[in-house]
Amino acid sequence: MTAAAYNFAYLDEQTKRMIRRAILKAIAIPGYQVPFASREMPMPYGWGTGGVQVTASILGRDDVLKVIDQGSDDTTNAVSIRKFFQKTAGVATTTATAEATVIQTRHRIPETPLQAGQVLVYQVPIPEPLRFLEPRETETRKMHALAEYGLMHVKLYEDIARHGHIATTYAYPVMVAGRYLMDPSPTPKFDNPKMHRSAALQLFGAGREKRIYAVPPHTEVVSLDFEDHPFEVNRFEQPCALCGAEGVYLDEVVLDDRGGRMFVCSDTDHCETRQAAGHRGTMASPIAAGEGGRRAD
Amino acid sequence: MYVAVKGGERAIDNAHRLLAHERRGDPAIAEIAPEQIAGQLTLAVDRVMAEGSLYDPEIAAIAIKQARGDLIEAIFLVRAYRTTLPRFGCSQPVDTGAMQVVRRVSATYKDLPGGQVLGPTFDYTHRLIDFDLAGTTTPAAPAEAAAPLDPAPHVTALLDGEGLIESNPDRAAEPGDLTREPLAFPAGRDLRLQALARGDEGFLLALGYSTQRGYGRTHAFAGEIRIGDVEVEVFAEELGFAVPLGRLRVTECEMVNQFKGSATVPPQFTRGYGLTFGQLERKAMSMALVDRALRAEDLGEETGSPAQDQEFVLSHVDNVQATGFVEHLKLPHYVDFQAELGLVRQMRREQAAAQTEADGRAEADKPAEADDLAATAATLDREAAE
Amino acid sequence: MTAIVSAAGFENPVHEAQATFRAAMRALAEPGLAQAVTPALLAPPPLQPATAALLLALADFETPIWLDPAALAMDGLADFLRFQTGAPIVADPSRAAFGVITDAAAFDGLDRFAQGTLDYPDRSTTLILQVDALAAEGAFELSGPGIAGRRRLGVTPAIPGLARALAGNHEMFPRGVDLLLVAGDTVVGLPRSTRVTEDAACM
Repeated sequence: MTAAAYNFAYLDEQTKRMIRRAILKAIAIPGYQVPFASREMPMPYGWGTGGVQVTASILGRDDVLKVIDQGSDDTTNAVSIRKFFQKTAGVATTTATAEATVIQTRHRIPETPLQAGQVLVYQVPIPEPLRFLEPRETETRKMHALAEYGLMHVKLYEDIARHGHIATTYAYPVMVAGRYLMDPSPTPKFDNPKMHRSAALQLFGAGREKRIYAVPPHTEVVSLDFEDHPFEVNRFEQPCALCGAEGVYLDEVVLDDRGGRMFVCSDTDHCETRQAAGHRGTMASPIAAGEGGRRAD
Repeated sequence: MYVAVKGGERAIDNAHRLLAHERRGDPAIAEIAPEQIAGQLTLAVDRVMAEGSLYDPEIAAIAIKQARGDLIEAIFLVRAYRTTLPRFGCSQPVDTGAMQVVRRVSATYKDLPGGQVLGPTFDYTHRLIDFDLAGTTTPAAPAEAAAPLDPAPHVTALLDGEGLIESNPDRAAEPGDLTREPLAFPAGRDLRLQALARGDEGFLLALGYSTQRGYGRTHAFAGEIRIGDVEVEVFAEELGFAVPLGRLRVTECEMVNQFKGSATVPPQFTRGYGLTFGQLERKAMSMALVDRALRAEDLGEETGSPAQDQEFVLSHVDNVQATGFVEHLKLPHYVDFQAELGLVRQMRREQAAAQTEADGRAEADKPAEADDLAATAATLDREAAE
Repeated sequence: MTAIVSAAGFENPVHEAQATFRAAMRALAEPGLAQAVTPALLAPPPLQPATAALLLALADFETPIWLDPAALAMDGLADFLRFQTGAPIVADPSRAAFGVITDAAAFDGLDRFAQGTLDYPDRSTTLILQVDALAAEGAFELSGPGIAGRRRLGVTPAIPGLARALAGNHEMFPRGVDLLLVAGDTVVGLPRSTRVTEDAACM
């Protein structure tokens, strides 16, 4: 069988309809995990099959797709997923956040604020925020039905008692529109505030666990906290070494085995755009800066 | 000077090129043909068809070749292919009682109608490496029976005739299909059996074994294991009768398990059922043990062992799901790791600061610390005396 | 009983279904905001073009459809939908994945449709309600997810009981029905998450 034998965006129309219906219900019940008959995809479970099925179901010929993993367009899995849609849907792709209509992501939310009309599709490994506190689906479903989330508060408070901090740094639980406790996928909690009242539609796909959920635009997304321990995002002590950006999420790059390291933007598009605009960090290469910037492929 | 990592696309292409090269192996040695795999590694093909949930020896053989013999990878290839195929409907139940058996053994009766038929089994072979297989071999032609085999009714049907075993449930409506509807708990027996039939042989083997060692014991007897070909039929609405589609080889295991009964219901043996594509005796037997263990709650038995826990078993039995999620740990996680690194560094700094502060206080309060030590020593003395 | 003279499905099912779905997605994601649905199909009366497109894009053999008496009275309409979508047409609205009200004057509340359960609130009806016109000004004030602040919506003709039904629907959240209001080739979403109040002065 050749690529030509597959349908537009790979999935057959019946599967797309089933996923589309699940997406509509997910949007109507913000934060609630809608079960869906996830299909076996030609990439492994745990590698973005949920996000890929959501993207394949919403994508049209006029869309411009951006795919990131760890904030970067160039990580191998992002490259692989982008290629999959180039091949099966023939859509235009971009690395520029502002140019994309659909952005599929694993583990990050772009630094550039998202706009109305954009859709952010998250790849989700474990959609159930209560799963590590209660492994049984029958039990966690009851807790969501009754909005009974005491267990999560107890867990976070135990963290504070033991460590002096809430020891959750990513996949930090949020309340959506004041009703459903939701897992934001394993994004660092640094990104949680970006979900709050975002202008973009946020869709979450968990393929192996067969769940789809959503946060419509302009929706309250509140990270759980306590009065005496308010939610705080991780801070970095220095700006990006390449573009000088502050208040962005940084990757730590180990330079040698003698403790040498540098910190650079995790969002590569944001970093390149800033360098192209003339921003410089302490370790920026003058040559790299000249050819930096957007790359449409 | 640091330059951000690029070129993921070229790296992927090159890795796949190398993979294809390694798969082929030494070009001086003849390339293996799918027909050889389908014809000579039949049990591997059977496993890939069973767990791939698609009866197609040719596709399974190509998948095994493409996967370089990694059967779970081959199962994954078959599953991803299967999911693109249209679903036409549901066949009539296959009549395993009418099976043309190539093997049929019962552990519950010495002899029985249809007889014991050993068939092509590893049982009673001595597991000695056969060095003749290093070369080419010409095995003797199989022995032929003088007359066709007698019909072999199910052992459980013989028991059922006397009312000694619970009857099979009536044919319900069309069974569920967990590939079309997400599994919801509690799942009915139809969906449980489907999950087990597609499930990982190793996982089922370990779970079945655990029931034998007391984790959800079912007191199982292998009532019967039969392997052979069955006819598959679909009911044609426009014709008004069932039409045959073809034949496929299956392995069926019916376990006869410890009885149930009450003041009002006379005691009866209970059933555990296993059915797989191809010749997969170990899988069918394990499946039957686990099927029976999963019925514990329905039968009012004590539960609590892993094999009796349907959420645990059904959520972890699928090796395509399991291998994907285990192996996804090799994808980059450096964004989350960075968040953890930051927190651990912060907590270490805070602890060091607290320690420095505590040391400062201790310096000022030396006598108090001496008292504490004395109190501790007294406690230890008391504990030693008790 | 009248009969359909002519009707046709999507010219290009893959892409027109996708475009229609995206309109529905935007409609529910931004309640009250009008979205255009303009596929190349010939909607059989009394279905308006957007209604026909939504059903063809989203319904299939897994989704029972309930039609109001005015739609059922149109000879051939049920057959058209069965042929185009494969969906069963059901008489019991509480079994319907999609409900269609073509005669807004006969609107009598949302209670008879599937509301979902607290465990599975997604198992509820999506109701397509046809009206004559939809406007960005009017008697309804909307707030909730998908709306920055507040948004206004005008529905013509005024439907007695609609405001009360929508308020009651929102009260039941997370259970409830999700509405797609259709006027011609325009669709407006009113999911159960939207709080709807009616401005008495505008009535």
